[in-house]
Amino acid sequence: MTAPRKHLDLRVSAGRSGSRGCATSWASPITILSVFLALSSSVPSGSVLAQSIAITNGEVHTVSGPVIPGGTVVLEDGVITAVGEDVAIPDGARIIDASGKVVTPGLFDSSTRLGITEVGSYQGTSDGSSGNDRMTAAFNVSEGINPNSTLIPVTRVEGITRAVVAPSGGVSLIAGTSALINLGGSRLSTMLEKTPVAMYAALGETGAGYAGGARPLALLRLREVFQDVLDYAENRAAFDAGNRRDYALSRLDLEALLPVVRGEIPLVLTVNRAGDILTALRLGEEYDLDLVLSGVGEGWMVAEDIAAAGVPVMTNAVSNLPSFEALGACYENVALMHEAGVTVVLSSFDGYNVRNLKQEAGMAVSYGLPHEAALRSVTLTPAEVWGVADEIGSLEPGKAGDVVVWSGDPFELLTSVDHVFINGEEISYESRQRALFEKYRTLEGIPPWK
Amino acid sequence: MRIRFHPMGLAVLLAMGCATSRPQGPAPVSPAPGPSPAAAETGPLFPDPFPSTYHPFPSETTLIRNATIFTGTGERIDNGSVLLRDGKIAEIGPGISVPAGATVIDADGKFVTPGVIDPHSHLGVYASPGIPSLSDGNEMTNPNTAEVWAEHSIWPQDPAFGLALAGGVTALHTLPGSANLIGGRSVTVKPVPSRTYQGMKFPGAPHGLKMACGENPKRVYAQRGPSTRMGNVAGWRSYFIQAQDYLHRWEKWRDDGSDPETRPTRNLELESIAATLNGDMDAHWHCYRADEMVTAMDIANEFGFHIASFEHAVEGYKIRDYLRDYGVCALMWADWWGFKLEAYDGIKENIALVHQAGACAVMHSDDAQIGQFLNLEAAKALRAAQEAGIPITKAEAVAWFTLNAARALGIDDVTGSLEVGKNADVVIWSGDPFSIYTKTEKVFVDGALLFDRSAPNPYLYGDFMLGILPGEVNR
Repeated sequence: MTAPRKHLDLRVSAGRSGSRGCATSWASPITILSVFLALSSSVPSGSVLAQSIAITNGEVHTVSGPVIPGGTVVLEDGVITAVGEDVAIPDGARIIDASGKVVTPGLFDSSTRLGITEVGSYQGTSDGSSGNDRMTAAFNVSEGINPNSTLIPVTRVEGITRAVVAPSGGVSLIAGTSALINLGGSRLSTMLEKTPVAMYAALGETGAGYAGGARPLALLRLREVFQDVLDYAENRAAFDAGNRRDYALSRLDLEALLPVVRGEIPLVLTVNRAGDILTALRLGEEYDLDLVLSGVGEGWMVAEDIAAAGVPVMTNAVSNLPSFEALGACYENVALMHEAGVTVVLSSFDGYNVRNLKQEAGMAVSYGLPHEAALRSVTLTPAEVWGVADEIGSLEPGKAGDVVVWSGDPFELLTSVDHVFINGEEISYESRQRALFEKYRTLEGIPPWK
Repeated sequence: MRIRFHPMGLAVLLAMGCATSRPQGPAPVSPAPGPSPAAAETGPLFPDPFPSTYHPFPSETTLIRNATIFTGTGERIDNGSVLLRDGKIAEIGPGISVPAGATVIDADGKFVTPGVIDPHSHLGVYASPGIPSLSDGNEMTNPNTAEVWAEHSIWPQDPAFGLALAGGVTALHTLPGSANLIGGRSVTVKPVPSRTYQGMKFPGAPHGLKMACGENPKRVYAQRGPSTRMGNVAGWRSYFIQAQDYLHRWEKWRDDGSDPETRPTRNLELESIAATLNGDMDAHWHCYRADEMVTAMDIANEFGFHIASFEHAVEGYKIRDYLRDYGVCALMWADWWGFKLEAYDGIKENIALVHQAGACAVMHSDDAQIGQFLNLEAAKALRAAQEAGIPITKAEAVAWFTLNAARALGIDDVTGSLEVGKNADVVIWSGDPFSIYTKTEKVFVDGALLFDRSAPNPYLYGDFMLGILPGEVNR
């Protein structure tokens, strides 16, 4: 064995010398790198509150308006203050030359498990589903979100700046409510943007499975729920006084469903089979619900009906394997629904690889969706569907400073992410994966030595 | 754009179907009840009673010209031509004159690569639709099921075979699952229409012994054991000790003259392991963690068998020097990580680092979806290389899903690269295969045009899909 020329532990200790922390420092070599990066790009290390930033000369995709070649985006106090070809750059602003680059709003994934899963196979890190049948609709993911999850940095360095964290599964066909977070914070109080965003339930095979083994039971159950909630809404005092018939739901679940029957938050229904989609649309009409359909594997087969109902859908593009839920699954699904006038939101439906949202959008384009529609489906359209379009989703003055500078087309797999801003601040590009890479970039210094 | 079922495509395939049912190749070998004396004298100790009946589909002499060619060997030829004749690559280079009667395809602006090879798939054994009726990939009844063969679970009508072919795949390795320490025998097939799996078996490709490290067997057998990683290791070693004895008995019987009266009793479980010990097949070992891969190498060295590939190798980058020195291929994903603790250290640079070390780096799917676009998975890994400052060209990265995969499966002498004399397994792409917007245009298997995006063919997707969607709906 040859003696190591440099020792691993030296590199580690160099990373955090002088920093505050517990004695067993879990520092990583990345610290050195990030300091270097920060210096080299003239970012003061440590965050300076709301420094003005001007991203200049980029191909600016505002999403809400036409593409601006050679455009500038100005961020001040965390928000976008100017977008255009010829805009004044504030004094002292940090200037990022985006010549030859593409500038877009930060991407927005509408269904993720970010923060509510860490190691998939270990239940102790899983907080996304309720196993308590008295708290299903009432189950809200927010306080289960771990702001220090290693999944979040891995995602934001890829240009995804906002995500809906959605509940799933559990013991009921009603899964609970979701939260919208920005991926830039370090604690829930600065990350949480909105909750509840929506209520989640399933029809089709999944719903049938929860309701007793047949599709009609799932519908019967949902109607029972809505009838109870509507009754409860009119008779809360009587219920509290013990003067009302028994409800099928707990008081907490009834309360959680009030905003749904009042149309204040959407009900996201997972459906895939063409016939189930039509059933879902009927149910939505019956109770005057603000519906969003999720999955919609056979959406293209009933696209005109979905469009006529004005119901948005949330789906992924990389799906063409036939199942009995979606024998008609095909890559063209997204494009065909868009052509028919359906409002489409693309999502990764993932936790670890939310970063592949870009690939979803690119695949949709490859199979017929116009590029600008694909970009909209991961920025402004989800912002509209989830009721936050006045804050995010496009590059417009007054909106949050969520901006990404790409080396080229955001959907191309060889494109790099050059800069990510969330609420006007450049993110840290550190992640656990980067730390591992930096440690193993060379095997020199890694024992045992061969 | 909709994929329409085209009557022309149907007619073409009907003609092909006739050809398949009357193979003109070598007569099928009759299944033998056991290793016959003759076989023992002249052939393998344990012959295959389920031999391939694959015969190439009808093909025309085809010249593809003006293409950007990635050969699979790391080279790039601009404005190049490839000549496919009699099912083989007859010529390749910058300029080839048109042979009389050849079909000429002008591939100006298009790219050509070898057929994609997916070295880790469960097509056929976990067929679509993914319901329990078709869940045939894990014989979860014993930690050692070396006696089962994946091919006996393959449903040739799995629609995903046709979808893989449409994604450029011309050969794939179907393995048993990873529930068991030894899961059984794997098989290499071509994703071509066939009524039988024998009609898909890649001629001459060796079987593999599927083994699995780590969390899966530990979890599945927690109650009966092995329930720990040390239990896993003890398990493999004891199975190989038994197989050594078994192999010695058979070799001694052969060396003593193969007297039918004294032939040892056959044991299918030990036979698979013995065939690994005597080199008829190699191990394909599901291992995520670096330390477990090195332990696996020690076990292989202890018993004298070879590991052809580590499946998934999420921590391959940590021991890339070991992988190189041992001479094993690492089958990796571009970005899968985290779904269990042994996958928690997955990094995007894995393939790039393994490649840079000079080890055999391979892209794999383990998935019927991403197996349809291994070129795009490679693009993500190539981006990681570029950002890490690891110099790897597109031409070199093509080897991740072609030649290196062929190497892992022991078929690199006949396929995996565009070299004269090799099988004419070829893909014409609409553009740069590392672009998200590129699609396959034509896929040739042994010189036969089996997938043509301009002439969709409903028979590629198995009987299951026929007539299953309403008639007025064009898929």
